[in-house]
Amino acid sequence: MDSGVRFEIDYLQYLDAEGRVVNPDLPDFAKDRGQLTGLYKDMLKVRCFDTKAVALQRTGKLGTYASSLGHEATHIGIGSGMQLDDVLAPSYREYGAQFVRGVKPREVLLYWGGDERGNDFSGPAHDFAWCVPIGTQCLHAAGAALAFKLRKEPRVAVACVGDGGSSKTDTNAAINAAGAYGLPFVLCIINNQWAISVPRNAQTGAQTLAQKGVAGGLECLQVDGNDIIAVKAAVEYAVKRARHGHGGTVLELVTYRLGDHTTADDARRYRDDEQVKQAWQREPIKRLKHYLMLQGWWDEDLEAAWIAECNAWVDAEVDAYLATPVQPVEAMFDYLYAEPPHDVAEQRAQVLALEKR
Amino acid sequence: MAAITLIEALTQAMAHELRTDANVLVLGEDVGVNGGVFRATSGLIQEFGPERIIDTPLDETTIAGLSVGLAAQGMKPIAEAQFDGFMYPMVDHIICHAARMRHRTRGRLSCPMVLRIPWGGGIRAPEHHSEANEAIFTNVPGLRVVMPSSPQRAYGLLLAAIRDPDPVVFFEPKRIYRQYKEEVPDDGEALPLDVCFVLRDGGDVTLVTWGAQVKETLEAADALAKEGISAEVIDVATLKPLDFDTIHESVKKTGRCVIVHEAPRTAGFGAEVAAQLAEKAMFDLVAPVERVTGYDTHIPLFRLEMKYLPSVDRIVTAAKRTLAVS
Repeated sequence: MDSGVRFEIDYLQYLDAEGRVVNPDLPDFAKDRGQLTGLYKDMLKVRCFDTKAVALQRTGKLGTYASSLGHEATHIGIGSGMQLDDVLAPSYREYGAQFVRGVKPREVLLYWGGDERGNDFSGPAHDFAWCVPIGTQCLHAAGAALAFKLRKEPRVAVACVGDGGSSKTDTNAAINAAGAYGLPFVLCIINNQWAISVPRNAQTGAQTLAQKGVAGGLECLQVDGNDIIAVKAAVEYAVKRARHGHGGTVLELVTYRLGDHTTADDARRYRDDEQVKQAWQREPIKRLKHYLMLQGWWDEDLEAAWIAECNAWVDAEVDAYLATPVQPVEAMFDYLYAEPPHDVAEQRAQVLALEKR
Repeated sequence: MAAITLIEALTQAMAHELRTDANVLVLGEDVGVNGGVFRATSGLIQEFGPERIIDTPLDETTIAGLSVGLAAQGMKPIAEAQFDGFMYPMVDHIICHAARMRHRTRGRLSCPMVLRIPWGGGIRAPEHHSEANEAIFTNVPGLRVVMPSSPQRAYGLLLAAIRDPDPVVFFEPKRIYRQYKEEVPDDGEALPLDVCFVLRDGGDVTLVTWGAQVKETLEAADALAKEGISAEVIDVATLKPLDFDTIHESVKKTGRCVIVHEAPRTAGFGAEVAAQLAEKAMFDLVAPVERVTGYDTHIPLFRLEMKYLPSVDRIVTAAKRTLAVS
């Protein structure tokens, strides 16, 4: 009897933690000074933003905020590996991917600052909004991919979910549907090792999260999520496969959440400082900087100038956020339906009357 | 024109919209070759093909989540839940996403989908096949909640639901899927999604109901008429938004109101009707509002289910209690 299936999960890495090339078969974009320094600059930029956002929360100028510290390579790699007419279904901290796609920092701040207009962002109008319930966005991306396939559009839907989210019904249902229908779908499982306080090894007995795609019939790849060359190459590979009708892919991007889950969390309650210290040795920005400097493509002067530019950019965005007036009170009713039903219109009028008293 | 049943009217409405709008598609379990377990999609795959009449993997979460994604990207999915008792995994997607897609993106994205749910008891079905769970959705902003009670209204309301730019939860009273036939012209004429229908004029008591209980309520009105009592019967049809004005106009005339529904009593949608009567019609009422409902228990397995469902006798008795007050 000839039955049974074996599978292997490949691991993709180009740069190790010290910025040494471990895989000499570099993709073309990594051989190009402009492109690779561009990715580096994007990572620095999102870290500047993130640092500022946490500070805004600590000083009472922002609500609860989910930091992206340590995720820069995964987020910029995802954003830069997609085309603008593809659709991104993020969870809630992939600002780097969104900045690459045109979302403005002021919009991220508006959202976490308690204003729905942050979801009406300047990125592609078809991109999904942030998704807090965990994992549901994976099925929305699969639904988008089904729409693209039915309409014969050469577009791809990319969903982001965490290691915790890889346990959700919806995530696994999306993998299943993508395989069943052969959808142009890419699932990026951003494994940052922690689902608030629950570590990766408590989520599943599976050796990798990438292999969650095996049962659904998807291509699966594990990637060093701190190596932006590997992340971008993997995303470009998966998106290209999908666009050409070869089906969906699950990418596990292995990284580390260097910050708290959100500003409302205190990670010292559940993880050792030593683990975090070690994770800082593997973080994504440092290793690419080493590599770029080794190539003679980057130096401390360029770095200082760029960081000054980033800070000015972030400050201007923060000013724009802080200067944005609160929505008028009736805005809580104005987008519920295309046309407000009579009951909504009545309550809207009541609220307006209260305001005018 | 041949007369058709309520479920055939639903099929007719879906086929009409599939023909006229290329973005409309149907998805669910067994909706393809099998035509749905109740046959609501019977014949559709033959006319429209498997790319528009889509069998899904056996997972309600998948049906709802895919529908949200399809709708947000320009399609108009009609999702079928196979039974009322199986739709609970869909609730997350309907409440957290479909109902607030437009709201939370300030109109950048929207979610024009219809979730069709065969609804209610009285068909001697197995466990989890007989739930009256409409009140789960009537408390959710951003949704419309609709339940037809005749072939003509099923056709017109489903057309409207499919054309609506926002998500609609469309409950189908399966007990009356094939109760009777009437002529339903396939004229593409939709009915409004914000009005109640007065099915029978009367001056002594107002009977308010929806879905399958329209049958018993009309029979109760017949029984009352034999005793010289004139009952007005209102089919709510669209629960959210509720057309309270039509109910109020009737109560101004009768001063009495009996609300009939199949769902459990506590916080059932009848409580909303009663609350609005208390707020807006207190001085038009001459008797306390009565509710004839399912009990606050799970619908029994079918040996006892008819004891649970509102009966003609219970409706008549409640109406007479309101008339005993003067």
